[in-house]
Amino acid sequence: MAEKEKLVEVKNLQITFGTGRKKFVAVDHVNFDIYKGETFSLVGESGSGKTTIGRAILRINPVSAGEIYFKGQKISGKISKELDREVIKNCQMIFQDPQASLNERAKVDYIVSEGLINHHLYKDEDDRKRKVEEALREVGLLPEFASRFPHEFSGGQRQRIGIARALIMEPEFVVADEPISALDVSIRAQVLNLLNRLQKSRGLTYLFIAHDLSVVRFISDRIAVIHKGRIVELADSEELFQHPLHPYTKALLSAVPIPDPEVEKKKQLLVYDPSVHDYSVDKPQWVEIIPGHYVYGNERELDRYRKEIENK
Amino acid sequence: MAREPIFSARDVEIEFSLRGSTLKAVRKCSLDLYEGETLAIVGESGSGKSVFTKSFLGMLDANGRIAGGSIMYDGQDLAKFKTEKEWLKIRGKKISMVMQDPMTSLNPLKKIGMQIQESIEMNQGVKGEAAKKLAMEMMEKVGIVDVERRFNQYPHEFSGGMRQRVVIAIAVACKPQILICDEPTTALDVTIQAQILGLIRNLQKELGMTVIYITHDLGVVANVADRVAVMYAGQIVEYGLVNEIFYDAWHPYTWALLSSLPQLGVKGEELPAIDGTPPNLLQEVVGDAFAPRNTKALAIDFVEEPPYFEVSPTHKAKTWYLDPRAPKIEQPHTIQRLRSNTKEGR
Repeated sequence: MAEKEKLVEVKNLQITFGTGRKKFVAVDHVNFDIYKGETFSLVGESGSGKTTIGRAILRINPVSAGEIYFKGQKISGKISKELDREVIKNCQMIFQDPQASLNERAKVDYIVSEGLINHHLYKDEDDRKRKVEEALREVGLLPEFASRFPHEFSGGQRQRIGIARALIMEPEFVVADEPISALDVSIRAQVLNLLNRLQKSRGLTYLFIAHDLSVVRFISDRIAVIHKGRIVELADSEELFQHPLHPYTKALLSAVPIPDPEVEKKKQLLVYDPSVHDYSVDKPQWVEIIPGHYVYGNERELDRYRKEIENK
Repeated sequence: MAREPIFSARDVEIEFSLRGSTLKAVRKCSLDLYEGETLAIVGESGSGKSVFTKSFLGMLDANGRIAGGSIMYDGQDLAKFKTEKEWLKIRGKKISMVMQDPMTSLNPLKKIGMQIQESIEMNQGVKGEAAKKLAMEMMEKVGIVDVERRFNQYPHEFSGGMRQRVVIAIAVACKPQILICDEPTTALDVTIQAQILGLIRNLQKELGMTVIYITHDLGVVANVADRVAVMYAGQIVEYGLVNEIFYDAWHPYTWALLSSLPQLGVKGEELPAIDGTPPNLLQEVVGDAFAPRNTKALAIDFVEEPPYFEVSPTHKAKTWYLDPRAPKIEQPHTIQRLRSNTKEGR
C-alpha cells in the first residue's frame, strides 16, 4: 500500500474533556491513516468517540496528546494562521441532522456561500452567485432555491443544501457525520448515490462516521471499529465483514439487521462482554495481524486470532 | 388461515382538518390481527402508518377523526367511540403502545418507579405497596438490574436503551392483548436495538401478546415479523407473509423500498433511488398513488385506482401489474437476487 498517498495521518491521538477530578478521556491511543480518494469509515455505538475524532481532525475539538497530519503537515495543536485557513478550506463537514444544522433565518444563498464570504474566495458578487448556482446544481437542486429559506425544503433536500455548503469550498477531505441516519428510507439511497458520484467526479476523500455497519459496507473502502474511545479493529471493508476478529466487531456485526427473513431467523446474536479480556499482566497492543488488517489485543489473543485466520 | 382474527379494521378512513381543507391521511385501510402473531407496517414518513394505528387507541390529534369504516375488537366497534371514558377501557388495558422516542415519552419530573406504578394503579385497581411490588416485578422482567435503586431514579439517569425498557414496562404492565410498537428502536444504537427487539419478543411469548411493529427499517421487519403490510400514501398497497414480501413482492413501491436498501446494493453501482415525493393528500389522488414516481407505470395507473389482486391466499397486492391483461413485467434484480440467495441456502 506504500504507493498510495496518505492524506490524513492520526498518531496516538488522545482527546480529553474537563480537567482535574472531572477529567474524562473520550478518545485514547487512536492510530489510523486515510489514503487519498478512499472512503474511510469509523463505526461504533453512541458515546464511543467517533464524532469526537472527526471533529478533532477538523480542529473543532482540541487534541490533548498525539498528532494529526494533513498532507504531511502537522495540523493539531498550535499552528500558524495561514495553515489554519488552509485546513478549514480543505476539510469540510456534513452534519447528521439537516433540521438542526442549517440556519433557519438565513436564505439558502447565504448558507451555501458563508464559507466563501469568510475566506474571500470570490472576485465579485456575480462570481459568488455563479458559484452558489453551480454548487446547488451539482447536488441536484435548482438554482432558484437560493432565494428560499431552509424550512421550505424536505429532509433530503436540506441534506443536499448541507452538502452544497461543504462542496463550495472545493475541499479535498470531507467528514460526513452520520449523513443519512436522520433521513427517511426512501431518500437515503439518493443521498448515498450523490456522495458516491461526487467522490468520483471530484476525487474526494471521505471520513464516514456511522453506527450502522450495513450502510457502511456499501460505501466504504476501509472500516475502523471503535469501542469506548479505542479503535479495536481496522480492515478493508470486505475483509472485516468476512473475517472479523475482535469480539466487539463480531457482536456489532451480529446485531445488524439484514433485510432477509431467512437469514434473520437463523442468526445468533452475540453480546460483547469487555471482561473477556484479561489485560492485567499481558498488555494489549495495536498490531497489523495480516497486511492491512489491524486488531487490538494482547499476545494470547493475537495468537488465537492468527489461528482463526489460518483456519479460514 | 382458518383462525378467527381477534381484531379487524375494515375500510378505515381518517381525515384531518387543516386550515379549512381536509387531509385524507388514511384512505380505506383494512387489517386483521391474529392471536400471538407479529405484524409489521412499513412505509416512509407521512404514509399514514402511525396515524392508522393511533386510531386503534383513540389517540388521534384533536383535528383528526375517523371518517369511515369500522374497527371491530372484542365485540365492539372502536370507530364509533365518542368519549374518553369509552377509550379508557381499551387504551392501556387491552391495547397499548410503545412510542418512538424514549426521551419524550417519560415524565422527566417523576421517578421511574412511580411512572410504572401509576400505570398499574390506573389500570389494575391495586394501590400503594401492592402496586409498587408489581411495578418492581415488571422492572425485573424488562431486564433492569438493581431494581431497588433504579426505582427511585429519574429518567435523566437512564440511558436511551434503559429508558425504552421502562416505556415497554409501562406499556405491558397491564398485560395487554395487543401491543403497538411505533418505531421502538429508531432512536437507539444497533446493539441496543437487537436487545430491545429480543426483549419484546420474549415478553410477547410470555404474555401471549399480538404485536404490531411500525417501522421503516426493513432489516428489523425481516427479524421480527410474521406478516408485513406495506403502506403508501394512506393505503396498504401490499400485504403478505414476511417471506412473500421479501422474496416475491409485486407492488412497485415494495420493489423500490427493497432495491434502495444499501445493505442489498452492489458496491460501486448506483442504488436504485426513489425519485420524487409522495402525493399531496390534501388533494384527491387519481389512479395508483405511486404511479408518478414509478418509471415503469402503466397508462391505466394514472387513470384508475387498482384493486387488490391475490398472489396467494395470504398475499395481496394493489397494482395493475397483476391484472391478467397487463403486459408481462419482471420483478427487479434485487428481488430475484434475494430469492435465489435463499434457494441456494446461504
